[in-house]
Amino acid sequence: MINSNITIGQYIPGESIIHKADPRTKIILSIVFMVVIFLVNSFWTFTAMALFVLLTVIVSGVPMKYTLRGLKPIMFIIIFTAVINIFTTGGTPISEKVPFRYITWEGLILALKLAARLALVIISGSLLTFTTTPILLTDGIEKLLSPFRRIGVPAHELAMMMSIALRFIPTLLEETDKIMKAQAARGADFDTGNLVQRAKSFVPVLVPLFVSAFRRADELATAMEARCYRGGKGRTRLRDLEFTSVDTKIAIVTVTFFTVLLLLEYL
Amino acid sequence: MSIIAENLSYTYMPGTPFERVALRNINLEIEDGEFVGIIGHTGSGKSTLIQHFNGLLRPTEGRVLINGMDTAGKDLKELRRLVGIVFQYPEHQLFEETVYKDIAFGLRRQELTEEQTREEVLKAVKTVGLNEDILEKSPFELSGGQKRRVAIAGVLVMKPSILILDEPTAGLDPRGRDEIFGFITEIHRTMGITVILVSHSMEDIARLVDRVIVMNDGTIEMDGRTGDVFSDIEKLESIGLSAPQVAYLMKKLKAVFPDINDRVYTVSAARDELLKHLKRKGA
Repeated sequence: MINSNITIGQYIPGESIIHKADPRTKIILSIVFMVVIFLVNSFWTFTAMALFVLLTVIVSGVPMKYTLRGLKPIMFIIIFTAVINIFTTGGTPISEKVPFRYITWEGLILALKLAARLALVIISGSLLTFTTTPILLTDGIEKLLSPFRRIGVPAHELAMMMSIALRFIPTLLEETDKIMKAQAARGADFDTGNLVQRAKSFVPVLVPLFVSAFRRADELATAMEARCYRGGKGRTRLRDLEFTSVDTKIAIVTVTFFTVLLLLEYL
Repeated sequence: MSIIAENLSYTYMPGTPFERVALRNINLEIEDGEFVGIIGHTGSGKSTLIQHFNGLLRPTEGRVLINGMDTAGKDLKELRRLVGIVFQYPEHQLFEETVYKDIAFGLRRQELTEEQTREEVLKAVKTVGLNEDILEKSPFELSGGQKRRVAIAGVLVMKPSILILDEPTAGLDPRGRDEIFGFITEIHRTMGITVILVSHSMEDIARLVDRVIVMNDGTIEMDGRTGDVFSDIEKLESIGLSAPQVAYLMKKLKAVFPDINDRVYTVSAARDELLKHLKRKGA
């Protein structure tokens, strides 16, 4: 029911080289991608970046429909910022007539660029979670953060919190679904009425959901303590992260591509 | 109040990599006032099937008629009043400040006066065997068994014509279980409503229901009188289920004493049969 609309944070099993790559490679390259996407400026480099994302999606084997569905929740933000840009950027108006004189060519172009940037960032970001299991993702983050432990960054604790949060997204969604069904079965109505009535109609869902979240947290804490969990110090893991030739190949291809693009852009 | 399912199929999350067919071409008819048990191992489609009976799920193919009313239609409010579903661990759905308010939740959407509401709530509380003084307590301070009865009362208060229970006694002690089955059989008998019981306990099914539907891999594998279904132990075992334990005992006894009747599936019936047999021997 509600599960089908939320794709961010969901893992889609696959065998592609992007699935096989080390999570650290993917995280770092995603960050680099985000920086580069805000550095490129011309039409051709934008097209190249879009093609690059398209190619990555194809290689990953994740259905295109899925990647695009991830854009739905942030469509509002994209459109909102685009509209603001259209009307607030100074420059040459596209026409002298009244509604159009407030719109400038510069604003239009800026709005388009910003929308494209946001969309590409979201797609590449969701591709990261589509191709990486939550456990690997948080392992990768922990490893990347561990050099900062010396200055007091609780790398392990942060990663543990994140992996628990990610782990419980589907569980809580399922729970919500179950409670909504149970309340609907005894006459609750979530779809009609005005905004206030609808918000109120969610009380019978939210209260049991919180109760169950607390119960689950309690059970999880007990289970972890029963297995002698003591935090990050001295903890080993079943599978250590390791860079392989796949990572080297991906890194070389991507970094070369970005460098060429930036050189074309700024030389 | 009859339930009819015609060529009913249901697929979860169609068109995604997580697509899963849960029901395949189900044809089923349940008459007014029947007491039906549904058994099947986890993931066989039992829960998916019962959610079609009050329109929580809409068929991917085929249709479901409740008393001639298509569940894909508009009037869900009436449908959900007619068909009450008690889900697994129903105590997890309690949310109000007091037991009274929680039981009355379903009635709030019907045009009833405060007195009528109070009357219905009191009746429901009595039906599930709870004391009146519980009404002003918070549902969160009750014991597990009491919470579950309050949750069931919250469904019964709507006076459904069809009552569906999904594992209503999971996690309860034998006494709590017997008490819950006690008032369920009672309302079935006195009010003549249709009761559908989903359970993993073959003993409970054998003891309570007249007709058993066996689900396997999204299809109906067997459907018949309780005695007929449980007499085919081989078939039940081939799909990972079993007959009540006493049926195995009677089968073994029959191997030794061929004139014993082994088509017996409850402990009390087995006792009667053995006594009868001993009397025959003695005579």
